[in-house]
Amino acid sequence: MTIEVKNIVKKFGSFAALDNVDLKVDQGELLALLGPSGSGKTTLLRIIAGLDWPDAGEVLIDDEDALARGASERHVGFVFQHYALFRHMTVFENVAFGLRVQPRAIRKDEATIRARVKELLDLVQLDWLSDRYPSQLSGGQRQRIALARALAIEPRILLLDEPFGALDAKVRKELRQWLRSLHSEIHVTSIFVTHDQEEALEVANRVVVMDKGRIEQIGTPGEVYDHPATAFVHGFIGESIVLPVDVSGGSVRLGGRPLNIAANGAASGASKLFVRRHDMHIGPAGSGSLEGAVRHVRSFGPIQRAEVALSDGEGKTVIEIDAPRDRELQAGEIVSLQPRRYRIFAAQD
Amino acid sequence: MSTQSSVVTSATELRAYAPTADLTVSPPPSRIERARPRTGTSPDNLRTEPGPVRFIIITLAVTFLSVFVVLPLVVVFASAFSKGIGAYLAALGEPEALAAIKLTLLVAAISVTLNLVFGVIAAWAIAKFDFTGKTFLITLIDLPFSVSPVISGLVFVLLFGAQGFFGTWLQAHDIHILFAVPGIALATIFVTFPFVARALIPLMQEQGTQEEEAAISLGASGLQTFFRVTLPNIKWGLLYGVLLCNARAMGEFGAVSVVSGHIRGETNTMPLLVEILYNEYQFVASFAIASLLAMLALITLVVKTVLERRLDEGQEPRDH
Repeated sequence: MTIEVKNIVKKFGSFAALDNVDLKVDQGELLALLGPSGSGKTTLLRIIAGLDWPDAGEVLIDDEDALARGASERHVGFVFQHYALFRHMTVFENVAFGLRVQPRAIRKDEATIRARVKELLDLVQLDWLSDRYPSQLSGGQRQRIALARALAIEPRILLLDEPFGALDAKVRKELRQWLRSLHSEIHVTSIFVTHDQEEALEVANRVVVMDKGRIEQIGTPGEVYDHPATAFVHGFIGESIVLPVDVSGGSVRLGGRPLNIAANGAASGASKLFVRRHDMHIGPAGSGSLEGAVRHVRSFGPIQRAEVALSDGEGKTVIEIDAPRDRELQAGEIVSLQPRRYRIFAAQD
Repeated sequence: MSTQSSVVTSATELRAYAPTADLTVSPPPSRIERARPRTGTSPDNLRTEPGPVRFIIITLAVTFLSVFVVLPLVVVFASAFSKGIGAYLAALGEPEALAAIKLTLLVAAISVTLNLVFGVIAAWAIAKFDFTGKTFLITLIDLPFSVSPVISGLVFVLLFGAQGFFGTWLQAHDIHILFAVPGIALATIFVTFPFVARALIPLMQEQGTQEEEAAISLGASGLQTFFRVTLPNIKWGLLYGVLLCNARAMGEFGAVSVVSGHIRGETNTMPLLVEILYNEYQFVASFAIASLLAMLALITLVVKTVLERRLDEGQEPRDH
């Protein structure tokens, strides 16, 4: 099933939660909506589900106008951040709910419903909990039950709102892998919302990065990480060093000093230089275009993280760099720095 | 005993104070106010006062309650049975008494049913939607608690009385509201309106709308969502509100007194009949009926305690 969103605008008072959003989701995709809080990602998900209504724009599910139907008629599975399990029903009844409320004409008989619920509980590996109440389950179990409940209606698409947001880090990692393998098993077109870049990059086939009600970039995890389209995406995904630079006629200057790097076609004017922490090469003093004093070094795993105060006159700019441990750095050492890979974006403010 | 009615009623009516003994009907505390202390430190951890001080405080509280609550209650039953159980039963078997009991039950049934429906609708609107004038609506719901019941009754006299706003029209169409069952029911509905709504609003606000949204996304219709999801979630709170509403509806004196007209065997409710019998020095009969109201109060108290326990169990700790 495909989803198409065209020119969606949604305002809460004077605040534009969604500002002209276009998105196309292909059959069988597992798509992540990634962005900071307030970026409009949950609003977009709720509009697709029919739990919110846009002020303008179109939503097509399988080329069919979804806005003409209410949430109960869209056949969309929705998984809530705080599970929203029915607290007075057992796990079994929670999962069976969607089957029991079907119009009498198409409602299945009790035996079929029982078999189907059993099948779903097996799928989420929690059939042994079917007589428990939601309050007796752990967070991870609740979320899996919520997913089984959403799948019970054989949804055309599956929408998950911060599905792992309320879980602790370890459970979260387990569930991520579990969700990915579940998706490859059932292959239903899915969108999940997250503010956790690692989650988005690890789970999704494609990532939609949002900020302030707009889509900043759509791409595979590799594309958004390696080729961020905007300054926001570069800053939001992965750890970046950001330095204010001036671009004029193909040369790049930091605080008046020329940097030995190409402008790569960046427009003249005040700009920002983005470098990944591990893409900043540290060499002996005098070998690169930037210089600084190492202030702290912390070593863990394969890297050492150095805090370097740039000698840009005042020594106020401090950056963190991840260097391999082939050469141990010392605090107080003067080093030179050279960006290996970098991006330059026009400064917006 | 509702403080408002005792403050406002005149000196002669105050004599009816002891027999009516409707102990239960004060405005319900907000669920949140009530629930909070339970989650705090348990009393065992608060032994900061020296023993004698604790002893004096506890003795004072117990003495006060005994004198002002238990003693009047004992007096009601003692007076009712002072001439033996035969006289007690005979007093309750009087046609006037039976008529009063029937009328009270009828009025309570009407007002509790209507307030149940209105209360759920009002609480639903307030807890689940945002709209302009919401604060005003919440204030309006509490109005019956802040207005003296006598004034509440008087409002209906001004509206439906012979010289009232609709008086002429009603007379022309031969419709009797004042000094008849509709008037008594209206006054009771007005006075007891807040109970159900006030019991539900904090509960529904706390529960939010997510479960309803989940039900709708699973294909449930509006009615299915209400009966399968919303109602089961609020049932204990709803029963709590209905219980208090019923206790007040049966025990209401002030507002009903103004609109009833005191027609013997026709428009006297139990509290009104208690006063009349007492004024006529029929103490056994008066206290016999009062004892029924007192029993209602006691039963209400027990059920209320049970419901409060169920409500607290229903509060599922949320993990965020």
